[in-house]
Amino acid sequence: MKPSAFDYHAPTSVAEAVSLLADLGEDAKPIAGGQSLVPMLALRLTALEHLVDLRRVSGLRGIEQRDGAVRIGAMTTQAVIGRSAEVARGVPLLARATPLIGHFQIRNRGTIGGSLAHADAAAEYPAVALALGAQLEAQSPRGRRTIPADRFFTGLWGTDLADDELLTAVAFPRWDGRCGFAIEEFARRSGDFAIAGAAVAVALDDGARIRRCGIGLFGLGPTPLRASAAEAALTRAGLADVTAEDVGRTALADLESVPSDLHGSADYRRHVGAVVVARAWQRAVQEASDA
Amino acid sequence: MPDVDIQVRVNGTLRRDTVPPRLTLADYLRERCQLTGTHLGCEHGVCGACTVLLDGQAVRACLVFAVQADGAQVTTIEGIASPDGELSPVQAAFRDHHGLQCGFCTPGFVISVTAFLRDHPDPTDEQIREGLSGNLCRCTGYQGILKAVRAAADGTSAMEETG
Repeated sequence: MKPSAFDYHAPTSVAEAVSLLADLGEDAKPIAGGQSLVPMLALRLTALEHLVDLRRVSGLRGIEQRDGAVRIGAMTTQAVIGRSAEVARGVPLLARATPLIGHFQIRNRGTIGGSLAHADAAAEYPAVALALGAQLEAQSPRGRRTIPADRFFTGLWGTDLADDELLTAVAFPRWDGRCGFAIEEFARRSGDFAIAGAAVAVALDDGARIRRCGIGLFGLGPTPLRASAAEAALTRAGLADVTAEDVGRTALADLESVPSDLHGSADYRRHVGAVVVARAWQRAVQEASDA
Repeated sequence: MPDVDIQVRVNGTLRRDTVPPRLTLADYLRERCQLTGTHLGCEHGVCGACTVLLDGQAVRACLVFAVQADGAQVTTIEGIASPDGELSPVQAAFRDHHGLQCGFCTPGFVISVTAFLRDHPDPTDEQIREGLSGNLCRCTGYQGILKAVRAAADGTSAMEETG
């Protein structure tokens, strides 16, 4: 047995789960699919006293249309999301990101809530949530609240969630009109975490102007990132005045803490980052123009 | 750190056990059930050697705790061949097409491919490569494995091909 010893809890409702988390304090951690947490426990990168398993908690699975958004329960697996016609139609960027996560055996267990709450800087779903302006729903013994994606990711593997707060669902607002979506990443092997990646959403007006855009970056900082300055500069710009290479450069321009490790230096990551942004931008704009 | 009672149906047989929460499903299968066909390579979800079917879905047994399998059905490599020992079509194709050498990774591959072909009965070569990408083999260079999956998908054996 590789992980250190812990107590196991299997609550059946969100209320029971958050009350357990509140009672047990910071030594407790919820587990969803466990595809990130179990390796971290096995490698003893983390240890915990109490594991609160969410698998029996009712009401955390499923995909539904609600208030102009596609709302996905936190315990919905990546495999289910990848097969969902509703997601393919309503949140194409999420559908396209899904096959890039690990391998199919991982996606059979991994969940969207786990992926977002784990907040790995190199993961796909957080970048998609940022690009699309997703709303994350959380519940604690103090009540419920909704957190916009761009205020959710606060630091290395860190989120705005309190110790006794559970991510229950995520709502992806539908982007309507002439829209295009693309995700690009570069990894050394299929299924590995990306060295750098970008998720792009773009909406055009009836002419050739950018009405709105979202650019989520992964593998390029201590947290998943949103290229806010680049988005602002691009909004209302004419397509003819913007090259994909420019977008790549602009999106990478103000990044401060690009990681440097055995998979690639910061300079190399910056280069790859600009290239994947440019490629994703080009494909997204193409799709929007054809719409 | 109290142990937890679990009930798991392993290869069709219902088992009741009391396990420490930190026992992985892979260790449970190997050490408690004596089903050592589930191999452990990396033990952190990368190599795929420990792949089993959990309620029909291929998963890494090293990334599931045995307590999380309470109430579930598990199929290991020991449950893939017929009770009389006749190899499954996937196993037969691996044998016929040199899809293995040392055999360490083979149980994981066979389980993954069994689930993959059930969900993709008519795969393209690209889909087969994608479907195999979660399992590592250090001997074969993968070409024999690709041929085996192709043959299993097409329902052809080596005999038919050469005959």
